[in-house]
Amino acid sequence: MHYFLQQLINGITLGSIYGLIAIGYTMVYGIIGMINFAHGDVFMVGSFVSLITIIIFGITGTSNVFLGIGVLVLVAAISMVIAGIYGWTIERLAYRPLRGSFRLAPLITAIGVSIFLQNFVQATQGARVKPLQAIISGGFTLLSSDDFVVRITYMQILIVVLTFLLMAGFTYLISKTSLGRAQRACEQDMKMAMLLGIDVNTTISTTFVIGAALAAVAGLMYLLYYGVIDFYIGFSAGIKAFTAAVLGGVGSLPGAMLGGLVIGLIEVFFAAYFSSEYKDVAAFSMLIVVLIFMPQGLLGRPEIEKV
Amino acid sequence: MKKLSRSLSMLALGVALTSTAAHADVSLGMAGPVTGGLAAFGEQFKAGFNMAIDELNASGGVLGQKIVGVIGDDQCDPKQAVAVANDMVGKKVAAVIGHFCSGSSIPASKVYAEEGMIMISPASTNIKLTDERAGPSIFRVIGRDDVQGKIAGAFIAKSYKGKNIAVLDDKSAYAAGLALETNKALEANGLKPVLVDAITPGEKDYTAMVSKLKSLKVDVLYYSGYHPESGLLVKQMAEQGMKAQFISGDALGDNEFAQIAGPASDGAIFTNPPDHCLNPANKAICDKFAAKGTPVATYTLYAYAGVKTWAAAATSAGSFDSKKVVAALAQVSIDTPVGHIQFDGKGDVTDPKYAWHSFKAGKYAQDDSIK
Repeated sequence: MHYFLQQLINGITLGSIYGLIAIGYTMVYGIIGMINFAHGDVFMVGSFVSLITIIIFGITGTSNVFLGIGVLVLVAAISMVIAGIYGWTIERLAYRPLRGSFRLAPLITAIGVSIFLQNFVQATQGARVKPLQAIISGGFTLLSSDDFVVRITYMQILIVVLTFLLMAGFTYLISKTSLGRAQRACEQDMKMAMLLGIDVNTTISTTFVIGAALAAVAGLMYLLYYGVIDFYIGFSAGIKAFTAAVLGGVGSLPGAMLGGLVIGLIEVFFAAYFSSEYKDVAAFSMLIVVLIFMPQGLLGRPEIEKV
Repeated sequence: MKKLSRSLSMLALGVALTSTAAHADVSLGMAGPVTGGLAAFGEQFKAGFNMAIDELNASGGVLGQKIVGVIGDDQCDPKQAVAVANDMVGKKVAAVIGHFCSGSSIPASKVYAEEGMIMISPASTNIKLTDERAGPSIFRVIGRDDVQGKIAGAFIAKSYKGKNIAVLDDKSAYAAGLALETNKALEANGLKPVLVDAITPGEKDYTAMVSKLKSLKVDVLYYSGYHPESGLLVKQMAEQGMKAQFISGDALGDNEFAQIAGPASDGAIFTNPPDHCLNPANKAICDKFAAKGTPVATYTLYAYAGVKTWAAAATSAGSFDSKKVVAALAQVSIDTPVGHIQFDGKGDVTDPKYAWHSFKAGKYAQDDSIK
């Protein structure tokens, strides 16, 4: 029982990280119907910007959680702004000129941008892994029996809480604010939205900036939790997050979160009770099974043919 | 007159061409992970390789010819390693000092063997490299995993009798081979690990594995794999309040491990080739590396010794022709900073040495108190 609980904590944390990145994939897809494959690499850039900011400010570890969070909010703000600029530039240079051309074109440029960002960071920051000493360390013992202690760290709590807050916040943004209304209008029919006076270009740009800022938060959390980053993390984490978004139903924010949690929990429990060697096989098999029976994903709306 | 001057100039050109051919530089290849997650080891290779070439050139080159280094980056990726090997063959280098990862060295050795090109690995310890030797031109100046695994297995069996032991690896050729040899040694000493499993390298989240180890009440974790994953395992073990002894092999030999693992790295121990800088005879060469800003790390001197071994063989063969140099290498007997080098019939060094090392305050050092 204790063992199960500890693995549950591990799985929820891992799933929240996947979910945090998946929200960015799903937001962009929900509005312009395009998978932004460069999102994983924007996440990686955000994580590097966070690391550089932390080094510039000379932030070191503290056991005071509230002071730590205060400082990190500042770091997060800086890397969100910089990643936002990346997001805006990518959309402006690589996607907007191709809007209205055939569907696969922006997909190809997205892969191009992804490769460019990886090589750019590799060339400027070097290929070695970059370690960071723990900023928020410590945690507490949740349960303890004579032979097994269930531990939860402050970072794990922070990641899960933050992911839920961001998901709730952006669900509210899309369903209740005027920006959200404009976004949904663009999703339904871009031409009609334009005729009704919605500035489609600004709406899409804003979506990319928000998506990139979210990726920066995810990048910072990843950096703080694992303490090691390299130029390749965008690819490996991005693939899992993309899978989470598809599993949950692309376009649905709660779906991205749910998908992330499902993938994270499957991976962890498969490793816990069977073999750690084949946990990815288990996760992707689950994806295939879900897509066979629910092609729109767990929480996605079925595609309606517009006539 | 015009005709004469033209033929004269042609003649002059011809002389010039042949003279450059006679004094053409000889290129020597190095292959290893110059970029990627294991770039730390590529840097060790490069430092030793370049130093050896500089020394050879400063003393007049080999057989009167200057040596030029050609560096290939395989990122420890087997596919990339084969591409680098083909590139080296295309560039007609005299020999290749490399590769680093066994997973790279083994497929690359097949390419070299086919072309009769010499390969001397300063780091690959998997037994298959020489047990299933691709050809007579394949050598290594480092020890073997069965030697290393025997030392680790015997030590664990003696020091942790009756404790729970887990053996993990990362599925790479090096790691799986070493884990197998250590397991054999453990079983030969009457110990059965409570868990034998593998993790996926390149990931960052090993918490599920750590919890599993915790529930099995593992006292000793023997992990065979490279240092980035080791660092994460040790860090996540500490976060989950687990205090197991971490033991690993020679791929832990970089201080980057301690930067990743944090304070929890203290007390981690591993088998590694001995610290040759403790040998007073090597003081001059170790100081020379330190003065250059690349202090000696585990593989620096092995790459250096690899170049020197090749140079000695080429000198005694009196030629750069790889057939003649291969024959000379089989007979070579030379003292290098990593000890006396002499090859057996399989291309292994006859007297490989290992010593225990431990991490203390973020740095590793040879630790003779571990026996």
